[in-house]
Amino acid sequence: MTDKIISMKEAVQQFVPDGATLAIEGFTSLICFAAAHEIIRQQKRDLTLCRLTPDVIYDQMIAAGTARKLVFSYLGNPGVGSLYAVRRAVEKGIPRPLEIEEYTHFGMIGRYTAGAAKLPFFPLRSNTGSDLPAHNPGIKTVKSPYADGEEISVVPPLNPDVAIIHAPRCDRSGNTQFWGLMGMQKEVAFASQHVVIVVEEVVDEAVIRADPNRTLIPDLIVDAIVVEPYGAHPSYVQGYYDRDNPFYLDWGERSKEVEPTAQWLDEWVYSLPDRPAYLKKLGAETLARLKPGPALSEPVNYGIYT
Amino acid sequence: MSDYTASEMMIAVAARHLIDARTVFVGVGIPNIACNLAIRTGNPGLALIYESGVYGAQPARLPLSIGDPTLVTGSTAVMPMNDLFMYYLQGGLVDVALLGAAQVDRFGNLNSTVVGSDYTHPKVRLPGSGGACEIAINAGRILNITRLSKRTFIEKVDFVTSPGFLGGRAERAALKMPGAGPDKVITDRCLLDFHPETGEMRLAALYPGSTVEDVQAEVGFALAVAPEVGEVAPPSAEELRIMREELDPSGLYRG
Repeated sequence: MTDKIISMKEAVQQFVPDGATLAIEGFTSLICFAAAHEIIRQQKRDLTLCRLTPDVIYDQMIAAGTARKLVFSYLGNPGVGSLYAVRRAVEKGIPRPLEIEEYTHFGMIGRYTAGAAKLPFFPLRSNTGSDLPAHNPGIKTVKSPYADGEEISVVPPLNPDVAIIHAPRCDRSGNTQFWGLMGMQKEVAFASQHVVIVVEEVVDEAVIRADPNRTLIPDLIVDAIVVEPYGAHPSYVQGYYDRDNPFYLDWGERSKEVEPTAQWLDEWVYSLPDRPAYLKKLGAETLARLKPGPALSEPVNYGIYT
Repeated sequence: MSDYTASEMMIAVAARHLIDARTVFVGVGIPNIACNLAIRTGNPGLALIYESGVYGAQPARLPLSIGDPTLVTGSTAVMPMNDLFMYYLQGGLVDVALLGAAQVDRFGNLNSTVVGSDYTHPKVRLPGSGGACEIAINAGRILNITRLSKRTFIEKVDFVTSPGFLGGRAERAALKMPGAGPDKVITDRCLLDFHPETGEMRLAALYPGSTVEDVQAEVGFALAVAPEVGEVAPPSAEELRIMREELDPSGLYRG
C-alpha cells in the first residue's frame, strides 16, 4: 500500500496549476474550505471553477481573483441570499471578469456522471421548455434511435483536471468512506483526471474493510490525501461538526462590499500560514459550539465466509 | 385585524393541499413548515424529499439550508444526488413539489434566473434553476407559494427557469412532460388555480378580508376569475398552535 499523505500546501502546488479546471464539490456539507484558502494563499489564477452550488467557498475564491470561469447550477448563499462576490465579478468585472456557464442541478449531475462513465453525453428530462438552452449552446437534444423517437435533452460530460474532495475518513492509500449527504463526491472523483482526498481522519485499512458498503471512492483513482480536521468549516461533516450557520449569515452581510470582503480574506487567509492556524484563531469555543451529540447506527453483520 | 400573519395563512393553506400526497419535494422556510404541519394535521405518512439527497427527513430543528445535517439524522434514506434526481424525481416518485419564484406568469411559468430581458446583462441576477427546472417537469404537480405583487405576477416572465404550461396546457402536453405542471398558487391574499383546458391562471378562492379587486390590484395582468370563487378558511386554532408552539417557535418564518 502506498502512503499518499501530503500537506495541503503540497497538494495545491502539485495538483492545482494556474488555468486548471477544478471541482471542489460537496452539497452544503463536505465543502473543502481548507483547500480553497490554500489556493487563495498561493494566488492561483485563471481557474475554471465547477460546482453545483458555488456557495461561500467559490464566493471567496472569486473575490480573491483566482477564477476566470464558473460552471454552476445554483448561485446562492444557501438559506441566506446572494453571493455578492460572484455577482460583482459577473456584473462589474471586480476584481476581474468572470465567464459563466449555467446548467440545472440535474444538468450538472448528468455532466459529472457522463464524465465519470466516459460517455459522450447524458440524457435527462429537464431543460425542455426552459430558456436555459437558448443561452447555453452546450445543452442540446438528441432523438432516441428507438421506436418512440423521443427528443430528449442532453448535456456534455464534465471532466475536471482535478477534484478536491472532503470526506469523513479514508485509509492511507485513499479508500474513502462517506455518510451523511454525499452530494456528487463520488461522481466528480471518477470524472476527474486527478483526485485529492481531504479527510477528517485517516483510519486503518481494517476499519475500511469492516464496512465496505460505505466506500464510495477507491484508492485506484486517488492521487493524494490531506489530513485536515475541521477542513470543511464553515460547512460541516456529518457527526463531526455542525454547519456554522452564523458564519454564513455573517458572510451574507460582509460580502456585500469589496472592502469588508478583502478584510476577511486578509485576516483569515493571507495572514495565516495554514489550517491549524485558522482553527486556533477560530477558537475552542466555536468548535465546541459546533460539536453534535452522538447518534450511532446499529452495526450490521457482514458474516464470515471461509 | 386578524390574529394570524399572512405567512401563517400561507403555511396553513399549503399544508391542506398536501393532505393526500405520499411524497413531497420540499425546500426550507415556509414550505418546510407547511409539510410538517400537514404531517401533524392529517397526513402522518407524508414523506419529505430534499434535493440534497434525503428521503423521509424528520428534521429535529428548523433547517436553515436544504443541506442541514438535521435532515440526515433519523431520515429514511440518504443517497448520492444522482440517485435522487434520476430514480426518485425522474422515476416519478415525487407526488407534489413546492416551488417559489421571483416572477410567475399567466401560465404558471416561473423565473428564478434573471430579471430583465438581457441574460448576459441582467437587471438582477437571481440564483438560477438549482433543481427547479427538472422538478417543474417531473414532479406530479406543482404548488407554488408566492406573495402577490405586481412585480412578481406578470404577463410573461423575463426568463423561463421552470416551465409551467408555457403558452397553455396544449403546449406543455406536446412536450410530453411527465408531471402535470402547475396545480395551485398559494399567495398571501388568495388561492389561484389554472383553467382546466387553457391552463390560464385564475382566482380560485379568496382569503378572509380580501376582495377580487384587492387581488387584481396586485397582479400585473388581467387575472381571470373562476366561475365560482370560494373562500378559504383561516388557520384553525390547532393549526396555529402547532405552527407557533412546535414548528417555528421563534417566528423566524411565520412573521
